[in-house]
Amino acid sequence: MASMFALANPKRFMDASTQFLPWLAGAAGLALAAGLMLGFLAPPDYQQGTTVKIMFLHVPAAWTAMMAYGLMAVTSLFSLIWRHPLADVAAKAAAPLGAIFTVLGLVTGSLWGRPMWGTYWVWDARLTSFLLLLFLYLGYIALWNAIEDEVRAARAASILALVGAVNLPIIEFSVNWHTLHQGESIVRADGPQISSVFLWPLGLTALGYTLLFFALWTVRIRTEILERRTRSLMLSGQA
Amino acid sequence: MSALLNMGGYAAFVWPAYGVTAIGLGAAIVFTLRAYARAKARLAALEKP
Repeated sequence: MASMFALANPKRFMDASTQFLPWLAGAAGLALAAGLMLGFLAPPDYQQGTTVKIMFLHVPAAWTAMMAYGLMAVTSLFSLIWRHPLADVAAKAAAPLGAIFTVLGLVTGSLWGRPMWGTYWVWDARLTSFLLLLFLYLGYIALWNAIEDEVRAARAASILALVGAVNLPIIEFSVNWHTLHQGESIVRADGPQISSVFLWPLGLTALGYTLLFFALWTVRIRTEILERRTRSLMLSGQA
Repeated sequence: MSALLNMGGYAAFVWPAYGVTAIGLGAAIVFTLRAYARAKARLAALEKP
């Protein structure tokens, strides 16, 4: 916790991220390359055939999209309650990335659903709540753009992010609510229910997506810090 | 080679999934880096004495 608060200072964040960013990006690249290669070489599933390869793209995208929203909600909470200088920067920086991962989850899921379920889309709770995740991201981004004053924009967007966080457990648990979506097969009390030839590429791509998100998030936070410094310099120049 | 392209009959779904993923992740990386470079250049121009 202490180190997290230490990082919640723009100057210190810039210094620290200069150090860890190359490692983070390198690890993301390695995990992604290894995971995608193993996934590409994995044998066809006995029921799903080669469409099982879509799992290595779909599950990590959906996982990262939800993780990003969780992080956005937590940093929004910090922004609302403790007014941390970096918290609303971090929340704002996460949203566009989260939206991209959500789109990837939706499109790859749809491309997997068509051959396996016979349809690209169905309005059940799982798929609908995941689509809602995309609209929450887009609404959050739109809210930031709609309000000129940075402090007010941060407050309004943080509230939206927190209210929308209710959707996360709905996505998580709706997998059991009368859906075509296959059930939980990885994080189970009785252990993973998929073969290790699929578990390895899945784990590695999930790790790669997660690390890639953190690397891009870091760069976006740095970008926002630089932009704010530019704005304050311009304001002080006018005064 | 043709077996690989054919993807066991699921080529129409598996390859677009890879394609969309490559485009999405590629776009995220490119836009993120480009915005960073732009922000850095603007601040540098302003800080120049």
